[in-house]
Amino acid sequence: MSQQAVNGVSCRGKVLTVENMNPNVKRVEYAVRGPIVQRAVQIEKELREGVKKPFTEVIKANIGDAQAMGQRPITFFRQVLVLCSYPELLEDNKFPEDAKKRARRILDACGGHSIGAYSASQGIECIRQDVARYIERRDGGIPSNPDNIYLSTGASDAIVTILKLLVCGEGRDRTGVMISIPQYPLYSAALADLAAVQINYYLDEDNCWSLNVAELKRALNEAKQHCKPRVLCIINPGNPTGQVQSRQCIEDVIQFAKEEHLFLMADEVYQDNVYAEGCKFHSFKKVLFEMGPEYSSTVEMASFHSTSKCYMGECGFRGGYMEVINMDPEVKAQLTKLVSVRLCPPVPGQALLDLVVNPPQPDEPSYTLFTKERTAVLATLAEKARLTEEIFNEVPGITCNPVQGAMYTFPRITLPQKAIDKAKAEGKVPDMFYCMKLLEEEGICLVPGSGFGQKDGTFHFRMTILPPTEKLKVVLQKIRDFHLRFTNEFS
Amino acid sequence: MSATRVQLISPRTLRLLSPGRSALFLPGGGGPHRGGGVPGFRSLIFPSLSSSFSSPGRALSSLSTTRRGLPKTKMSDNGTMTRGKVLTIDNMNPTVKKVEYAVRGPIVQRAVELEKELSEGRKKPFAEVIKANIGDAQAMGQQPITFFRQVLALCSYPELLSDSTFPEDAKSRACRILNSCGGNSMGAYSASQGIGSVRQDVARYIERRDGGVPCEPDNIYLTTGASDGIVTMLKLLVCGEGATRTGVMISIPQYPLYSAALAELSAVQINYYLNEEKCWSLDIGELQRALDEARLHCNPRALCIINPGNPTGQVQSRECIEDVIRFAAKERLFLMADEVYQDNVYAEGCQFHSFKKVLFEMGPEYSETVELASFHSTSKCYMGECGFRGGYMEIINMDDDVKDQLTKLLSVRLCSPVPGQALMDLVVNPPQPGEPSYERFIKERTATLSALAEKARLTEQVLNTVEGIRCNPVQGAMYSFPRITIPEKAIQEAKKLGQQPDMFYCMKMLEETGICLVPGSGFGQREGTYHFRMTILPPTDKLKILLNNVKEFHQRFTQQYS
Repeated sequence: MSQQAVNGVSCRGKVLTVENMNPNVKRVEYAVRGPIVQRAVQIEKELREGVKKPFTEVIKANIGDAQAMGQRPITFFRQVLVLCSYPELLEDNKFPEDAKKRARRILDACGGHSIGAYSASQGIECIRQDVARYIERRDGGIPSNPDNIYLSTGASDAIVTILKLLVCGEGRDRTGVMISIPQYPLYSAALADLAAVQINYYLDEDNCWSLNVAELKRALNEAKQHCKPRVLCIINPGNPTGQVQSRQCIEDVIQFAKEEHLFLMADEVYQDNVYAEGCKFHSFKKVLFEMGPEYSSTVEMASFHSTSKCYMGECGFRGGYMEVINMDPEVKAQLTKLVSVRLCPPVPGQALLDLVVNPPQPDEPSYTLFTKERTAVLATLAEKARLTEEIFNEVPGITCNPVQGAMYTFPRITLPQKAIDKAKAEGKVPDMFYCMKLLEEEGICLVPGSGFGQKDGTFHFRMTILPPTEKLKVVLQKIRDFHLRFTNEFS
Repeated sequence: MSATRVQLISPRTLRLLSPGRSALFLPGGGGPHRGGGVPGFRSLIFPSLSSSFSSPGRALSSLSTTRRGLPKTKMSDNGTMTRGKVLTIDNMNPTVKKVEYAVRGPIVQRAVELEKELSEGRKKPFAEVIKANIGDAQAMGQQPITFFRQVLALCSYPELLSDSTFPEDAKSRACRILNSCGGNSMGAYSASQGIGSVRQDVARYIERRDGGVPCEPDNIYLTTGASDGIVTMLKLLVCGEGATRTGVMISIPQYPLYSAALAELSAVQINYYLNEEKCWSLDIGELQRALDEARLHCNPRALCIINPGNPTGQVQSRECIEDVIRFAAKERLFLMADEVYQDNVYAEGCQFHSFKKVLFEMGPEYSETVELASFHSTSKCYMGECGFRGGYMEIINMDDDVKDQLTKLLSVRLCSPVPGQALMDLVVNPPQPGEPSYERFIKERTATLSALAEKARLTEQVLNTVEGIRCNPVQGAMYSFPRITIPEKAIQEAKKLGQQPDMFYCMKMLEETGICLVPGSGFGQREGTYHFRMTILPPTDKLKILLNNVKEFHQRFTQQYS
């Protein structure tokens, strides 16, 4: 109103509009929490307000959020966290001695013995030492230097930070980053935000989403025409595709990275989530060092881990770390400086990470319970992975690779031409149309494959396998019914 | 090798010749984010860090890299020299290289080294390092608020909800928080904007604080500390190239998060100077000067204010805030109000006025048009819970489409840490009269704030007794930013070492007394003036000793260089 008043002419609008905001931000997309999830939240609200729906609750199978799906936290982890938050309880005999010991060690390493103090920007030193020892145990003794460990705010934070270091150049010299398709959309979002060039290499759906070096080569050579490829990102076990890379494949990738002079980023946040018979997690670090000094002293790499996945599923704490290998010392100093601007990762998340890398040992009082809880979670996940694959593959028009690892299935769905046309008429990607309809009719929230990328003309969705087994069975059944109905409707 | 060396050195030489954007704004080029040293000194003092920040020292450090034998295999491949690293200082993101953050800069790294040396039994002229460089209350011995930690304990380990030693109000807060978490657990991701019930509590808090001015929970975003919110807002605002590149006005002295974020975003930093003679007050004439000059080479779009001030401790008057808002409206600037020290006001006659409240009291002409983001945090005030990284921002009059973009952008990082969100909830919804924890809460809160007021007074008083140190009253926040007179000889000596004179001063103080301060050059200051920032957080007895040590050091230093 007053805007019009200024000397009678229609006045200028907002200072910040969608036309004059940062164009990189506009290009960012993150389907895992995209429009479909926003609609899911709306529907939840409508249900609470008593609006009638064909379902009584929304099941959010869009995101790997274990505890939201009812998974219980590991008792020992939470005991140590509560002792750190409220040290008065260190006198309480309800808590086991090993939990108290861990808590005291963490508190002693905090400024003023409090998790309320900032930590060093790289993370609390004794936790970085514990991380290094964990990596050494995991990798059969290959040394890990605590100076190469950076604690982070979830793995996402560290991934974005490393990408940020790597981006430079303009036009044809702009940094290109190779990511798998399908990919976890953090990568495409970060690349858009940084105005880096995204280089897609396709995983082979017909071979259980395996990675093929010839395809890497193809993608790289094409990209060299218009950008400067410098980085290769790998997610193993795969998200959203659930494959577990063979040792041989990892060797091939490392060799390729060395030949092509690429910085390797290994996203290994699902390292404990391996279910399939004959599959095993091999860390890139371990394989790199087993390939001998020609590789282990030259190939630059960052690997990422988190407290959010595996058997603990403590997403809310935003804990994580990265290990950098063969990084130029001057660049490392820049990295340390860059992370210092944000002061430090959340200290409760750091504490939690310490427990993940330094869990109860066989001679400690909490060992039995810890092992029992851990095994139960992982065994259930393995069962749910099997179940999901089995049931989906019975549905005509859904084909599903085995969920070898991680927490998702990424089945391919056949959509009738009529549905595709209808979607296009509504300006929607066909699998978004499909998922939105599923949400409205069944209350199940999935993420369309287009949010992760897929070969042209194919359609998928991502679904977590995290719901409790009984609920998962219902979800799978409902999707099956929906798919049949959908196919019928549009045939 | 020599060819590589030439390549290594030349860009650096170039950079030394044209020291970058900040020089445009600070006559003489003593830019706030160029506080760093030069090769000689750095490699002398910290050999292990010779590869340290900013450009200088690079040739040296590449030498030391070779010495450390890292690239041994480099020569082996078929006899020719192989390519170096994929990622080097020369081909990394140039905007990251420009980032400087003095609060955790070289002086703090040296402090950490000294601590290590002390713990290894090395003899030093002091028994402990006192880190007065950062506003980290609990590291300085401040105790957490009992109620806050009780609720956090209950949220972390809900089994305790049946424990009779915890008060009922703590339990009811914990239940409310857990009930709004996925799976009733803090281990679940929250909505990217933050937990709904926490955002509602924040909105109600703001309404109470601002005398009933309405606040919409949809305009609240929970963040990972205030820093995260500030950087996110700046990121939204940056666009354009060359003379249309976004310019952002920040105070000098400033909190270096701002200059660091602007460097990283390649935005143009526009410096406006606070008036040291008038207790670091903000002057509209100076804002206008800075803006007019900047319009010649960039597109100024945002104005950042820190109130109460960091590092300068001033508290803005209501009238001054009105003037700033009018200026922003007239010049079409997006306002960013950093209000993380809103409870830290000590001086007689000073009062905290939120930008939001003043904006709404100025009437719809302003309250319906001026775009504002204001920031708060769990790290400061009386709680000092820095480690939890809790915070929020409130956005006002933001374009709806931009708001959608903001929400989308935040969703990529999934959510801010849930324990920090829980803590934020307690800060905005503390025990009420009639609740069992009220009395204790008030007692703890008052004790912390009155101790801070006492320390603010003490710091000003003691420092002003020292010849060559002049200190404005610490009206608010947690720092003193005194001006120090550095003798010409010391300035010459510093220049020889390629250091800012106040960096030289602070480094010497650290080595001799174990006191870690941040040189004024890390925050920006008028050319030819020197300062340091010191927190007033150490316990009173320790603070007295510290001030006395600073005093003695200053006298010794002045003597030595006269």
